[in-house]
Amino acid sequence: MNNLEKYNATFIEVFGVTVEQLSDLTFQSISQWDSIGHMQLIASLEAAFEIMMDTDDLMDFNSYDRGKEIMNKYDIKI
Amino acid sequence: MCFDLNSLAGTHPYGLAGKEKRALYRQALTELTRSHYQRCRAYQLIVEAYGHDPNQVWDPQEQPMLPVRLFKELELLSVPQKEVVKTMTSSGTSGQAVSKIFLDKENTRNQSLVLTRIINSFIGPKRLPLLILDTEMVKYDRKMYSARGAGIVGFSTFGLDTAYALDQNMNLDQNCLQAFVDKHAGSIVLLFGYTSIIWEYTLNEMEKAGLSFQLEDGLLFHIGGWKKLQDHAVNAAAFNEKVRSLFGRVRVHNYYGMAEQLGSVFVECERGNLHCSIYSDVIVRRPEDFSVQDFGQRGFLELLSLLPTSYPGHALLTEDEGEILGEDDCPCGRLGKYFKIHGRIKGAEIRGCSDTYEQR
Repeated sequence: MNNLEKYNATFIEVFGVTVEQLSDLTFQSISQWDSIGHMQLIASLEAAFEIMMDTDDLMDFNSYDRGKEIMNKYDIKI
Repeated sequence: MCFDLNSLAGTHPYGLAGKEKRALYRQALTELTRSHYQRCRAYQLIVEAYGHDPNQVWDPQEQPMLPVRLFKELELLSVPQKEVVKTMTSSGTSGQAVSKIFLDKENTRNQSLVLTRIINSFIGPKRLPLLILDTEMVKYDRKMYSARGAGIVGFSTFGLDTAYALDQNMNLDQNCLQAFVDKHAGSIVLLFGYTSIIWEYTLNEMEKAGLSFQLEDGLLFHIGGWKKLQDHAVNAAAFNEKVRSLFGRVRVHNYYGMAEQLGSVFVECERGNLHCSIYSDVIVRRPEDFSVQDFGQRGFLELLSLLPTSYPGHALLTEDEGEILGEDDCPCGRLGKYFKIHGRIKGAEIRGCSDTYEQR
């Protein structure tokens, strides 16, 4: 699995969405991505990519697209 | 145009001295009052009843303040209902009315952002292993977004590998505690919980079970009020001492905040004083006429916050008795006012999210 596939799979697994929905996903745009869902998403991404995000990045991670840029800061090219 | 919080992004959360802060608040609170006046009909009527002219610039102490219990009696919101993404309810004990705070996306985000800036100034930017001295129940009951649950979820942002000290039935989970301590031996750990719940369900129960740990470096943040503990004659010194006797080397920071102004919390410093950050301020009012009280004298505590944009909660009169100890000169080095709370004003109702769990 390449990074994009892994990134997508994490969203799909945590939120139970389809791959077509991914590009529009933003924080609170679906009921699953609330603040609890957010912590689950972060924990899953951290486990999948073996990284540890700073609090600021975790706060800044407010959409599927923005998340890709943030992963980049941790040397995960998506 | 309303005040933009981003303008403070480069300023340390405790980095504004009195003169600058007063100028900022004069402008920002005037804009907030004006903006809520235009968008919230009930607020507009209240402001008019005060005889306040929102089109002029006023000093912070001249802004119309709402009694905090008004949020129990009225649904006050300054955005269309369809933009509300979260309704916070304060956890009143049974029989008491519950206050409702309506949050839109921007307001929610600002609350998290400001809480992060404030807490990070104490713990640094890295997340730390976190032990919640409470139960994980909030995860099972996602719809019920009480202040207590929201506090736990909000604080989880600072944590890694979050563990819970209590099981679903509020019993001490000794295995979980032991596993957490073993796993993170030697590293800085974070602890979080509600004051009276920590006392009753973690500290007292650990003592009964003869359980104690020797953390090398822990940071405990706790919130929720002292009312219930004061009834048992437990003060901050006794609380901190018991935490250290059962957990080892732990720096304890109580903090004060209310559901009506989440985010811009007041954290106790190393000297035991509650501090206003750049996002909030306090005024003490004389009980007889609500005029501004002198430093060192008690009165009603009024809380100012720059955060509320989707509900008119930027200037609230609480039912807590407070005393300002000084401004910009706390030995801890933080700028801004620092103060002390003496508890509820007599006759005020009991509230506080740590006081709402009743043993059945």
